[in-house]
Amino acid sequence: MKVQPDKIERSTKVVVSKLLRTGVLTAAAVTFFGGILFFIQHPNTLFSYDTFSSEPARLRYVSIIVREAFLLKSRAVIQFGILILIATPVLRVIFSLIGFAIEKDWIFVFITGIVMTILLFSLFG
Amino acid sequence: MGIFVAILFVGAMLAGFLGSLTGLGGGVIIVPLLTLGMGVDIKYAIGTSLVSVIATSSGAASAYVREGITNIKTGMLLETATTSGAILGAAIAVMIPTNTIMILFGIVLLYSGFNSFKNRKVEIIPPRKVHKENNKFIKSLQLDGDYKSPTGKISYRVLNLGWGYLLMIVAGVISGLLGIGSGAFKVVAMDSVMKLPFKVSSATSNFMIGVTAAASAGVYLTRGYIDPVLSMPVVLGVLAGSLLGAKILMKSKTKRLRVVFAIVISLLAFEMMYNGIF
Repeated sequence: MKVQPDKIERSTKVVVSKLLRTGVLTAAAVTFFGGILFFIQHPNTLFSYDTFSSEPARLRYVSIIVREAFLLKSRAVIQFGILILIATPVLRVIFSLIGFAIEKDWIFVFITGIVMTILLFSLFG
Repeated sequence: MGIFVAILFVGAMLAGFLGSLTGLGGGVIIVPLLTLGMGVDIKYAIGTSLVSVIATSSGAASAYVREGITNIKTGMLLETATTSGAILGAAIAVMIPTNTIMILFGIVLLYSGFNSFKNRKVEIIPPRKVHKENNKFIKSLQLDGDYKSPTGKISYRVLNLGWGYLLMIVAGVISGLLGIGSGAFKVVAMDSVMKLPFKVSSATSNFMIGVTAAASAGVYLTRGYIDPVLSMPVVLGVLAGSLLGAKILMKSKTKRLRVVFAIVISLLAFEMMYNGIF
């Protein structure tokens, strides 16, 4: 059976938009939950931001953030939400690549592949 | 702490709202609100602004992609230019007098604001001369598209791809150099040079800025610029604002959007020039 290319293109759109929506809503929910925990765990602490002193290591490295988030440390939970937010556009690029491959649009598989390589290089390189 | 968070939330809503309407991201509002308004160090402000850009982009794009306003293919193609430009920009940042760049960029933005206002009555800025047929390669990319506007379906062509691509490299370099402001350049390149309809330019810019921002987010996170307490109200506020903005863009007249764009981009221009001079 032949699938109409127009239909496939529309389904890529649906997948990408659903992915973006799921990503931002999950990030928002986790961040919000972390925010509530924060006000419970630090009801009276004042944080000061007028001079920069880098965040502690436990809020800077993905593996530690994830571990502390599961221990329900409020700021790590928020940071985990931010990680989900950052991952959303990256996943969007990967999903578009799959979408273009299903459409057999090889030029765009190549183009999206370049974007993905640059993105992963700058994130992990 | 509660009031601090509440003010940030409201400011972030406004940032997300204007960001998704104009395609500029939220940095225009977030950075001065944090630094000038709340005395937060610029490094935290940049980290928070980066988070706000990703939130605006993904929030707004989730709606624009579904409605078919975003030109995904054009966006993907131009992302190869902006992301490689951004890496180049970050690499040469130490050798370049960023103050001069800020002032120059401010002047360009001011001119673009004026241009947007001048063209406020048109959906698509007309090319200066009759455009020749695109070559075979560009045709094979199938970039042209259409979208539903309140007054009916509007079809458009993607013109001047070469110049547009070059400007996107510049946009990427600027975002790598200065950390902010590349959304403005993207909208202008698509709107005035590539002759895309304004709504498509704004939606496609929104689609693209998230990827550019995500590319530098890793570095900012490990350098400790991203603070959870500052980011929390910003993420929530920006998402709410950007979803609302996306709803409104689809219904609004292009004329109004162009005027809003002209105002916001002029503010950004003054902000840039101020930071460049002082």
